[in-house]
Amino acid sequence: MSDEPLVLGIETSCDETGIGLVRGHTLIADALASSVDEHARFGGVVPEVASRAHLDAMIPTIQRAIATAGITLNDVDAIAVTAGPGLAGALLVGVAAAKALALSLGKPIYGVNHLAAHVAVDQLQHGPLPEPTMALLVSGGHSSLLLVPDVTGDVRPLGATIDDAAGEAFDKVARVLGLPFPGGPHIDRVAKDGQIVIEFPRGLTTQRDMVEHRFDFSFSGLKTAVARWVEAREAAGEPVPVADVAASFQEAVTDVLVRKAILACKENGVDTLVIGGGVAANSRLRSMAESRCEAVGIAVRVPRPGLCTDNGAMVAALGAEMVARGRAPGQLDFPADSSMPITTVSA
Amino acid sequence: MKLLAFDTSSAAITAAVLIAGEIRADVTRIGATSHGELLAPTIAQALNDAGLAPGDLDGIAVGVGPGPFTGLRVGLVTARVMAESLGIPAYGVCSLDAIALQVVDEALCDQAFAVVTDARRREVYAATYDAAGLRLTGPDVLPARELSAATRQGPVFGIGGALYADEFTDVRAPEFVSAAWLGRVVVEHPDRVTDTTPLYLRRPDAVENASRKRVTPA
Repeated sequence: MSDEPLVLGIETSCDETGIGLVRGHTLIADALASSVDEHARFGGVVPEVASRAHLDAMIPTIQRAIATAGITLNDVDAIAVTAGPGLAGALLVGVAAAKALALSLGKPIYGVNHLAAHVAVDQLQHGPLPEPTMALLVSGGHSSLLLVPDVTGDVRPLGATIDDAAGEAFDKVARVLGLPFPGGPHIDRVAKDGQIVIEFPRGLTTQRDMVEHRFDFSFSGLKTAVARWVEAREAAGEPVPVADVAASFQEAVTDVLVRKAILACKENGVDTLVIGGGVAANSRLRSMAESRCEAVGIAVRVPRPGLCTDNGAMVAALGAEMVARGRAPGQLDFPADSSMPITTVSA
Repeated sequence: MKLLAFDTSSAAITAAVLIAGEIRADVTRIGATSHGELLAPTIAQALNDAGLAPGDLDGIAVGVGPGPFTGLRVGLVTARVMAESLGIPAYGVCSLDAIALQVVDEALCDQAFAVVTDARRREVYAATYDAAGLRLTGPDVLPARELSAATRQGPVFGIGGALYADEFTDVRAPEFVSAAWLGRVVVEHPDRVTDTTPLYLRRPDAVENASRKRVTPA
C-alpha cells in the first residue's frame, strides 16, 4: 500500500476550500475551510465572497493537510484539482494553486470533473466501485443520475434537474419556513418532529414525463407548491405547521430521487447505487434509499456526511484512481470550466 | 538573488526572472480572460529562458493589483503556493508602482504623473506619483472624469489613458505593467514591498436578502 502514489487533491468549486491527501484508496488527510457563514446573510453563495475566501484559505488549508499527514509537499507524487463544473472564479483559485504546485514540485497534474469526484470518493470508505455503478449526485448545484462504467473515463449522464438542484430547493423552502441557510440540515432536523401529512407534487413523474424526462428531475414546482401552501395558511391567519411542512417536502424530494434512481438501476442492470453530494447527508434520503433498495436487491453505498459534501479528499480519490489506471495527466494550460460536462472526466 | 516576478492585474500576463538585479527572462502574453490558462506556461517559459529550475529561486514577486479580481487572484494564489512549496518568500508589489518605476527609470517623464488602468464598469484604478516616482495618492477606483484636473491634464501612463482618451490630454505608453519592472521594485525599492494581500478596492457585489419572496399576491 505504501508504495502507491500519494495524490494531493484541491477542491474550490463552490464555498468549500478542500485539500485532501489520498494514497490508493486510503484517505491520509482531508482539510477543509468553509465560507458558508459569510454567505448566510445573503441567503445563498455569493461567488465573489467565495473566491476571496478561497484565496485566503488556500495556504492554511494546505498546511493543515500536510501537517495532519505528517508529510512535506515534496512527498506528493501527483496533483489533482477540480477543473469544473462550478463557480468560475472560485474554480480558478484552485486550478491556479494546483498548477503552481505542479510547476514548483515538478509533478503531474490532473484537472478532474467535480461530479466524477463525488462518485470516486466512495472508494475511500467502501472499497473499489463495481463497474458499472449507478450514481445519484444531489447537492446545492447538481441533481444527476449517472451510469458509471469507469469513473476515470466513462461517465454517462442519464438525467439531471431541468430547473433547481435538490439542495437549492431545500434552501428555498427553508427560507419560506424561516429556517437558516443552508437549509438542508435544518429541514432534516425539524422534519424529525413532523408528520408526512401534506401531499406535495412529485416533479416529472407523470406518465408523459416518464417518457420525455425519464431520469430527469424538477424541484422548482415543488418549491412553489410549498410556498403557496404556507402562504395560504398565513393568509387564513392559521399557524404554519413547520415540522409537518418540512417532513412532507423532504418526503416529496427523496421519493422522486430514490424512485428514479432505482428505476435507472433496474433498466441498466446495475446492482449498486452510490449516492453523493451534500444532500446525501440527508437522513431521510439515506434511510429511504436503504430500505427501498434492499427490497429490490440493490446495494446502496453512501459515504459518511463529511465525504458527501464538497471536500479535497474526493478530488484526490479520483486523481489517485486516474494515476492507478495510467490515465494521461493534463498540461499547465487547461482552463477552469464552469460548465464542464460530465462526459469529460479530466481536462 | 534569483527572483521570479509576475503580474496578472491587467490583460497582460507577464513573467520575468531577475538574477542579481539583471533581467534574464521577460515573457508577456495578452489575454484579458485567460489568466488561468496562460500564467503557469508563461512562468515555465520565463524560467526556461533564464535556465533556472523552480528550486533555484530565492524569492517571488507578484503584483497585488489593483486589477480585475478573478485574474488578480490567479497571480496571488500562484505566488503564495509556489512560495510555500519552495520554502521561499513572496513579495507583494502594487502593480501601478511597477509602471511608475519604469516611467522614472526609463525617463519617460520629467514631472509628476499618474498611472491609470482599467477597472471595468466605466471606472479606472489610479495612483499619482511625483517626478521621482514616489506615490502621492491612491491607488483608488473611480470614474476617470472624477480624477483631479491636474491629474487629467498631466502625463498619464497605463491603458486607462487610452480607454478614456477624452478625459486626458497627455496619454503615454506603456499601457501594461511588465513583470521585469515589478521585479525591479523588489530589488531597488524594498521599502515599497508589501505582503501579498490583494488590492481589491471594491467590496463584493451582493445584496442582503431582507425578506422572502411571495409566490401568491399579498
